[in-house]
Amino acid sequence: MAMQALTGSRVRERRLALGLRQADLARDLAISGSYLNLIEHDRRRIGPAVLGRLATALGIDVAALALGAENALIDDLRAAAAIEGGAGDGRPRAEIERIDEFVARFPGWAGVLAQGYRRGAQLDRAVAALNDRIAHDPHLSLALHEVLSAVSAVRSTAAILAETEDIEPEWRTRFHRNLHGDSERLAAGAEALVAYLDGSDHAAEAGIASPQEEFDAWLAARGWHLAELEAGADMTAALATLASGAARALAGAWVAQVAADVAAVPLAPLQAALARLGPESEPDPAALAAAFDAPILAVMRRLATLPGATVGLVSCDGSGTLTFRKPVAGFTPPRFGAACALWPLYSALGRPMTPITARIVTGGRGGQRFRVKAFCQPRYPQGFGGPELREAAMLVWPDPGEAAGEALAVGSTCRICPQAACPARREASIILSSGAGAIGF
Amino acid sequence: MTRHVLLIEDETNIAEAIRFILSRDGWQVSVIGNGAEAVASVRALRPDLVILDLMLPGASGLEILTALRADPATAALPVLMLTAKGQARDRAAAEAAGVSRFMAKPFANDEIVAAARALVAP
Repeated sequence: MAMQALTGSRVRERRLALGLRQADLARDLAISGSYLNLIEHDRRRIGPAVLGRLATALGIDVAALALGAENALIDDLRAAAAIEGGAGDGRPRAEIERIDEFVARFPGWAGVLAQGYRRGAQLDRAVAALNDRIAHDPHLSLALHEVLSAVSAVRSTAAILAETEDIEPEWRTRFHRNLHGDSERLAAGAEALVAYLDGSDHAAEAGIASPQEEFDAWLAARGWHLAELEAGADMTAALATLASGAARALAGAWVAQVAADVAAVPLAPLQAALARLGPESEPDPAALAAAFDAPILAVMRRLATLPGATVGLVSCDGSGTLTFRKPVAGFTPPRFGAACALWPLYSALGRPMTPITARIVTGGRGGQRFRVKAFCQPRYPQGFGGPELREAAMLVWPDPGEAAGEALAVGSTCRICPQAACPARREASIILSSGAGAIGF
Repeated sequence: MTRHVLLIEDETNIAEAIRFILSRDGWQVSVIGNGAEAVASVRALRPDLVILDLMLPGASGLEILTALRADPATAALPVLMLTAKGQARDRAAAEAAGVSRFMAKPFANDEIVAAARALVAP
């Protein structure tokens, strides 16, 4: 995972460039060889004292080794070089070994280059999202079918009226009425389709967004938090703002769920418990569940939907279908179709009642790291004789600190995932062919 | 002898138009709007031709076609399937299941009449 050039990796690069053996360097630094090995593989943070000695021993600036704004810049430049900077077509290759010098001498130009690279990556993601939508959108095909059906009826009926000279008056009246009804339906269908293809989020919501998307947007607009329920108030008015009955049903089920969660894990005691933990500690849903005598999944939902919570949550049923998706910056669940099979969510789904903690890193340029906790709870709503229903959930915390330790490389969904060599790939990616497959190595 | 066609189509206005066109052409036309009753209706009514919409509530046109082909009494019955454009995959499946002919929506009225006549020799 060399998507971000890490401090340890730089130490290793520099040591190898100087032809130093790991054991010799460790002796010079008065640390153990195995500790240096862990540092070089980014599994240990480097304290300031060791960092200073390392920089001296390797003959480079401390700042060039430490992670910081400049190093983020260098990371972007390295990634840009990996993708665009290879030799070929008569172009000279990027002078990656002089990258420190480049950044030091031309900070402005380096910034411009890195910015261009980040913008490119952003556009890649936007294109991928659009492709995902068109290729996987059952609502679009349904809307087209609706329009075609109305057109068929109009064409056939109009032809009858135009071509049948001796048509009986009652038939004529009936066909006129049908024609009117179909033309109304056609106008509405065409309007919804145009609004949809227009692409503005507002139009998609008013038109033919899926019930799940409508529900997601409704909840997102509330900051994922239903303050009314905390106050014991009624949600009927808020639910009425949803356009489709299917979305109202989804939201109604969620409101009932949240009401039960609020009763099991009330806001004030939960916030007090979190305050005792301090802002730095990641809350443990199982421990909180024990403290509140509440279901673990209820605690997970509560943590993700506290006011201003910066943690994402995805839930799925036994088929793996996502039933709840609250994104968090850098981690966006797919809008349609199945998610990445490598998500720890699915490890939990396969091992009910087993808490799973993991670190993940998203694929692609500038992959971001997250800490996740996943858990699966089976239910038997029809008793011993009935089917087992599973529900799994995964909390996703951003992990912005120094990237340390192994992280599982995951994606959103295969179709828009840039991981070239993935053992779990089930569908070709639409963005691999652009050369993005080269990154990550 | 009057030729009998059973139309299985849930879009009532399309069904009404087809009923009118084929009645004018001398057919006896029966209409049902639900896929779930389709196979039983075919067995009871014994039509000379079935016009079957691909997308139906209750059961898909493809399921109905497969059931008809599996029954020796209806294995050879002409089936004209109505599809919307852009259902290429479904059409391939219907072809494999033994459909007699396709008609893409939106269709022209004389196309329907010509197709029905061609499928049932007088």
